[in-house]
Amino acid sequence: MYWKEFIHQCSDIGVGSLGIVAIISVFIGAVSTIQTAYQLVTPLIPLSTIAQIVRDTVILEFAPTLVCIVLAGVAGSKIASELGNMRVSEQIDALEIMGINTKTYLILPKIVAALLMIPMLVVIAMVLGIWGGRLAGNLSGIIPPDIYDKGLLEFFDPYNVFFALTKSYVFSFIIASIPSFYGYYVRGGALEIGRASTKAVVVSCILILFGDYILSALLL
Amino acid sequence: MIEVRDIRKSFDNKPVIEGVSAVMKSGQCNLIIGASGSGKTVLMKCMVGLFEPDSGEVLFHGKSITQMNPEERTEIRKEIGMLFQGSALFDSLTVEQNIMFPLSMFTDWGVKKKLERVNEVLARVNLVDTNKKFPAELSGGMKKRVGIARAIVLNPKYLFCDEPNSGLDPQTSLVIDKLIREITEEFNITTVVNTHDMNSVMEIGNYILYMYKGHKEWEGTNKEIIFSKNQRLNDFIFASEFLRDAKEMRMLEETGKIANERNMDDMMQGDSPFTNPKKDT
Repeated sequence: MYWKEFIHQCSDIGVGSLGIVAIISVFIGAVSTIQTAYQLVTPLIPLSTIAQIVRDTVILEFAPTLVCIVLAGVAGSKIASELGNMRVSEQIDALEIMGINTKTYLILPKIVAALLMIPMLVVIAMVLGIWGGRLAGNLSGIIPPDIYDKGLLEFFDPYNVFFALTKSYVFSFIIASIPSFYGYYVRGGALEIGRASTKAVVVSCILILFGDYILSALLL
Repeated sequence: MIEVRDIRKSFDNKPVIEGVSAVMKSGQCNLIIGASGSGKTVLMKCMVGLFEPDSGEVLFHGKSITQMNPEERTEIRKEIGMLFQGSALFDSLTVEQNIMFPLSMFTDWGVKKKLERVNEVLARVNLVDTNKKFPAELSGGMKKRVGIARAIVLNPKYLFCDEPNSGLDPQTSLVIDKLIREITEEFNITTVVNTHDMNSVMEIGNYILYMYKGHKEWEGTNKEIIFSKNQRLNDFIFASEFLRDAKEMRMLEETGKIANERNMDDMMQGDSPFTNPKKDT
């Protein structure tokens, strides 16, 4: 049953958020390319630099942080409202009466599923973000694809990917645990579920931004 | 048998339960009645261990649930079935999956055996062909019956029902009452029902505990309640003119001054003039 719940959560958090992550990543990459090109006005800087900047910005910041903030809204509010609804409708009490450890059954699979799926989503976001930049550069005529591809390989530091994945693991824990806390301990009715959901998203976002700063200061 | 000894519980220094003691025997329906806010649900939640009482203890066949360690409490809870006020069915699971849930958690049975047991309890609560339906597709009475089926699927020794008739029409309430009574007698379980429904009090109340502002005001059987002189109890139970008349009628029946022709089973089958108006014509 725990395995079933874990797979269910993997599907909910991972597959359920894939669409929004893909859309955001492609557009973020595309906008990064256009705005970077807009700021590089001197002909002394080669066009491939645009690809380098887009690559590093997407890997270091946009894919892990922005995607996780969006996921805090999408998955976090869902977790908080799901648990809140289960609490208010006595479904959690029903599980307790059956002798089931509700924290282990309801919260642990969500945290483990988030730790597994969100870093995967972040990796997908990196790839799609960079591809979105390539697409936008090509369509707008800012940078030809072959120069973009060449720029991607220049001065690439694999440590950036390690840093991004480290951030995504920390943010995954925040995204699953904070809404679980607010949802699990909700008291009252529908109004309180909504409030708990909103509070969970706000606190998660603040902690993600705070964590982003701390990790950047420590690891870069 | 469940024994409640001097239970006290307060929230934010406001006492909700004040020294309630009671003995609830096996094979009978034990009812907790009282006005809203009298502490019925809190008492029931203290009994099943969802709330920790401030003092006092609850004994299940002599073993105190309040003094059990988490492992022992988990074990005793496997012997408890509970029907919640809102049924508390898992929204994302079908009827079949809801009832199968405790079996999947606590038995190593194969799917075929679990399915047989699910169908057995569904038949017991008179629900067939609902296996694949979701709770949202069921009526209030059907949800209650699925809740009962889930509560009894592991053959519990204790059954707790929190306001099983709330939100149901009188006839469906009768069905639920009859089911609870039959299951209690059939499996010799200790059933505790928290109710406002006066029909339940009169029909299935083998033992009745009347709560008033957090303390035990009266206890007795459904026969004794008719003759009780307790003013608060009488004000609560026989609140309307109709109920006072019904009380008079029941008193006459009990004292043998008129014949008792009412029968719950007949009423259920529509043989009563109350449920089958055509008979009057």
